[in-house]
Amino acid sequence: MSKHTLAVLVENSPGVLARVAGLFSRRAYNIDSLAVGPTENPKISRMTIVIDVQKHALEQVIRQLDKLINVIHIAELTPSDSIQTELLLVKISATDKNRFDVDAVLDTYGAKIVDHDGTSITIEATGDPAKIGDLLSALEKFGVIELVQSGLVALERGSTALSDRTLSPQSIPTADDGGQADYQN
Amino acid sequence: MATKNGTAMSGASALVKSLEASGVDVAFGIPGGAVLPLYDPLFDSKLRHILVRHEQGAGHAATGYAQVTGRAGVCIATSGPGATNLVTPLADAAMDSVPVVAITGQVPSAAIGTDAFQEADIRGITMPFTKHNFLVTNPADIPMAIAEAFHIATSGRPGPVLVDVAKDALQAQTTFNWPSSISLAGYNPVVTPANQSIEDAAALIAQSSKPVFYVGGGVMKANATPELYELAELLNAPVITTLMALGSFPGSHPLHLGMPGMHGSVAAVTALQKADLLITLGARFDDRVTGKLSTFAQNAKVIHADIDPAEISKNRFADVPIIGDLKATIKALIPALTKALAKNRPDLTPWWRQMNSLREKYPLGFDVPADGSVSPQYVIQRLGKISDPDSIYVAGVGQHQMWASQFISYEKPRTWLNSGGLGTMGYAVPAAMGAKVGAPDTTVWAIDGDGCFQMTNQELTTCTLNNIPIKVAIINNESLGMVRQWQTLFYEGRYSNTSLESKRVPNFPMLAEAMGCVGLSCDRPEDVDKTIEKAMSINDQPVVVDFRVHRDAMVWPMVAAGASNDDIKIARETAPDWDSQEL
Repeated sequence: MSKHTLAVLVENSPGVLARVAGLFSRRAYNIDSLAVGPTENPKISRMTIVIDVQKHALEQVIRQLDKLINVIHIAELTPSDSIQTELLLVKISATDKNRFDVDAVLDTYGAKIVDHDGTSITIEATGDPAKIGDLLSALEKFGVIELVQSGLVALERGSTALSDRTLSPQSIPTADDGGQADYQN
Repeated sequence: MATKNGTAMSGASALVKSLEASGVDVAFGIPGGAVLPLYDPLFDSKLRHILVRHEQGAGHAATGYAQVTGRAGVCIATSGPGATNLVTPLADAAMDSVPVVAITGQVPSAAIGTDAFQEADIRGITMPFTKHNFLVTNPADIPMAIAEAFHIATSGRPGPVLVDVAKDALQAQTTFNWPSSISLAGYNPVVTPANQSIEDAAALIAQSSKPVFYVGGGVMKANATPELYELAELLNAPVITTLMALGSFPGSHPLHLGMPGMHGSVAAVTALQKADLLITLGARFDDRVTGKLSTFAQNAKVIHADIDPAEISKNRFADVPIIGDLKATIKALIPALTKALAKNRPDLTPWWRQMNSLREKYPLGFDVPADGSVSPQYVIQRLGKISDPDSIYVAGVGQHQMWASQFISYEKPRTWLNSGGLGTMGYAVPAAMGAKVGAPDTTVWAIDGDGCFQMTNQELTTCTLNNIPIKVAIINNESLGMVRQWQTLFYEGRYSNTSLESKRVPNFPMLAEAMGCVGLSCDRPEDVDKTIEKAMSINDQPVVVDFRVHRDAMVWPMVAAGASNDDIKIARETAPDWDSQEL
């Protein structure tokens, strides 16, 4: 098993997330994380899905995803040809006594404090999963009260966009009173 | 006559006009609250609506219609329970890749999500087993949704599509605009196979000394029977047709070895096991065909041609995948293979010697019951002999289905209908009804079990009232026969809940008569022929024959579930005599 990051362009229409999630569930594929949001094109949403599968199973996942009518394009993004990052918000116990130690950790990981009261501080950090993992380990000793992670998002390096390659669908004439078009032949 | 774009009308009228524009001539359905607005303009339409007795019947009828005609079948139901009753036939159509368009009414859009009366999230429910589905809440979107639904259902790998329309969208006024074209960014099925794949396949075939054509239902869907015939004769290799492909290659052709799988012929099962090359055309390596996958066709390379890329290497790795329409694929393979064979033509004589010896030694057969009762296989065999050569046979699910696949020779495509993938008991009567509507001049026989028949026989009333004279042969062994067979073989004969007592009640001929059919009964071997002939002579109303058959007949050969195909049994605890074979 190994982790793979898929960028999936989908139509921005109701039920698409349910279709994708349902597909993973019924075909017994494990999702590590799934992040979804709008894109530069209001008609298209983009999902970043991280899955833990064998290479052979990955091809199956991609082909099954591609069968969903609302799925427009799927690309596997590797760590070397893409920027992969996630967002972490974590609340830890912090008092004046250990504050100096906390700051040292945050400096090391480029994390920042976004909220604090007398007994706790909330930290925001972004980065690849390895960095976020290391940061969390370093913060553990202070006592993690609560945390939330966004799931990975990924973008290809370079000047091209995934959507460039995908948004020129064929136009197929409809049948008109003459009976159903025979698409089989 | 096409309705002019821009004409003002209700959403319901726009839906009817859209169905007409899609070429729909018949729909099966039942009205109800949420879909009621649709039934008003339907009343005036030239579209024939057949009022069924249960929505499941509407769904299977649409499936039967589609399987016979190759066009999309249409069913209509109301919201909530009407829609959920379509769930089984839609799942059935998905498993067997049948183009069906289901139209359901939905509660008014303002009520969606409030647990309103007769509300069910049918779009959510059917997501796993529709090719696609829609929820339409804006009347202006109706024509495009219908156009897309028919395009998706019938193109690529066919399948069911559901269009759920909110009641207020049916009631509201809109202007009708039939789209001149469809463009779906995420849906462009590959139709034309890649040249390289065709060349690779031809080269591999020309090196094979033990090739087998493993033919699935895709060949039927692609109407590629003539092309398959030509390709098979060109190579002169054994042809095996799966349960979904029976009739796509003539059953009586000397190249045909029969059906593979759990109840396949010894020759067909062994051909797959011993082949060095599987030329897989529109089949999907289903577990009922492969048996234990890790021991399936271990020495074979695989060419896998399919229109659905997701089938490639799903269950079995494909050495040469070919993605595309099968008609186009086989058409392209013929010249490529002709060329390759001109350079190198392997001698298939030893391979044929093995296959012919298996075929001679292990033909399909059955024992005649010693007590003089009727053998179920005999009834089915006689039916296939006596009925017109063009007859269409529609089976339920179970022993009778397997016997009907074994003991009738299907010579033409679309003459054998059954529920292959989902295994839906109750499929036969409504699917036969749909088949007869699609092929009104052809004799349509439902071959049903006494268990299956009791699930959906109410559609015989629909048949009587709508002049759909199907014929039904109930193979009445007063049991859930296939389950009983498994209890005999794997549960020490403990017949837990498989006895239906259908020779006591119901009285099938009386039940049939009550629904306006002719009811016949037969319980002696010597009466089988004349009973079938009598049924054949009645063409103005449905006929139901209660064939009261021997209870303990079993389906052989058999590969037990999860076992290797190498462990095929030709009778209880009897394996083929491999030692005498040169395998």
